[in-house]
Amino acid sequence: MSADTAGTTLSSARIGVITFPGTLDDRDAARAVRLAGGEPVSLFHADGDLQGVDAVVLPGGFSYGDYLRAGAISRFAPAMDAVVDAARGGMPVLGICNGFQVLTEAHLLPGSMVKNDHLHFVCREQILSVENAGTAWTNRYTTGQQITIPLKNQDGQFVADERTLDELEGEGRVAFRYVGTNPNGSRRDIAGISNAAGNVVGLMPHPEHAVEAGFGPDSADGRRAGTDGLGFFTSVLASLVHA
Amino acid sequence: MGRVVVEVMPKPEILDPQGKAVVGALPRLGFTQFSGVRQGKRFELEVDGEVTPEVLEAARQAAGTLLSNPVIEDVVRVADASEESTEVSA
Repeated sequence: MSADTAGTTLSSARIGVITFPGTLDDRDAARAVRLAGGEPVSLFHADGDLQGVDAVVLPGGFSYGDYLRAGAISRFAPAMDAVVDAARGGMPVLGICNGFQVLTEAHLLPGSMVKNDHLHFVCREQILSVENAGTAWTNRYTTGQQITIPLKNQDGQFVADERTLDELEGEGRVAFRYVGTNPNGSRRDIAGISNAAGNVVGLMPHPEHAVEAGFGPDSADGRRAGTDGLGFFTSVLASLVHA
Repeated sequence: MGRVVVEVMPKPEILDPQGKAVVGALPRLGFTQFSGVRQGKRFELEVDGEVTPEVLEAARQAAGTLLSNPVIEDVVRVADASEESTEVSA
């Protein structure tokens, strides 16, 4: 089934995008859902009602100014209580950048992010290798496939103790690894991980910024032509149909 | 008015990039005595009344849930600091 067919057959799937104070990329995430063929639903951090959505995206940004720790305050938002419950019940949840930080603070994913090892904000087009194409958000990729999507963060260094890292590797829960260069000092080049069930995925790079030709990273097809991020959103639509 | 101080430090095994940057800057100012720096956080929690054992216990719980992330940080001190001066003695 092509991505196009997915779009026409799955348009009833409703994907929530939560806005926290300081979220930046909620509109891009909603647009990515729409371009993939889903129906984006705007959700607000202070509202514990997820409005019956089929999946949730926690978008990037600097919620609460990254004060205290990135994602630390958002994790206690009423909407997050609902997300934690739903995620434990199997609902697909994707955390991008700040959203990934929120997922670790909420203990839906292990480890944490600290300041980049070089201390600078980094913004670049980043090559990733898809390490696990079996999750709710990666099933439209193939394991080992390389994709290019933007990366932009300051607190992007993924850290966890060795035992947790070994566990993640052993259970196939490293979803993405940085290729070519490790942009922030992340342990074992890890760019994204999943929970054991594969319905919760978090990563630092931004798939929602690489979903439409003309507005994505440079690719073999031309300048700004890269749409490698679209697969995240077609993946979740496909996983909802098969659920 | 009472005050509880909570101090949080990055875990020893976590690389502290901020501390590393600071230790790199010190010798440039002539401070060559310091071979390492780790940078942590100090919270001052104000209470309207006395710092009771219950208040301290609540502060410990807040320290463990919101004020620190046990994956990367240790709470190294939770203490009644009502008598402590906020002025730094020279």
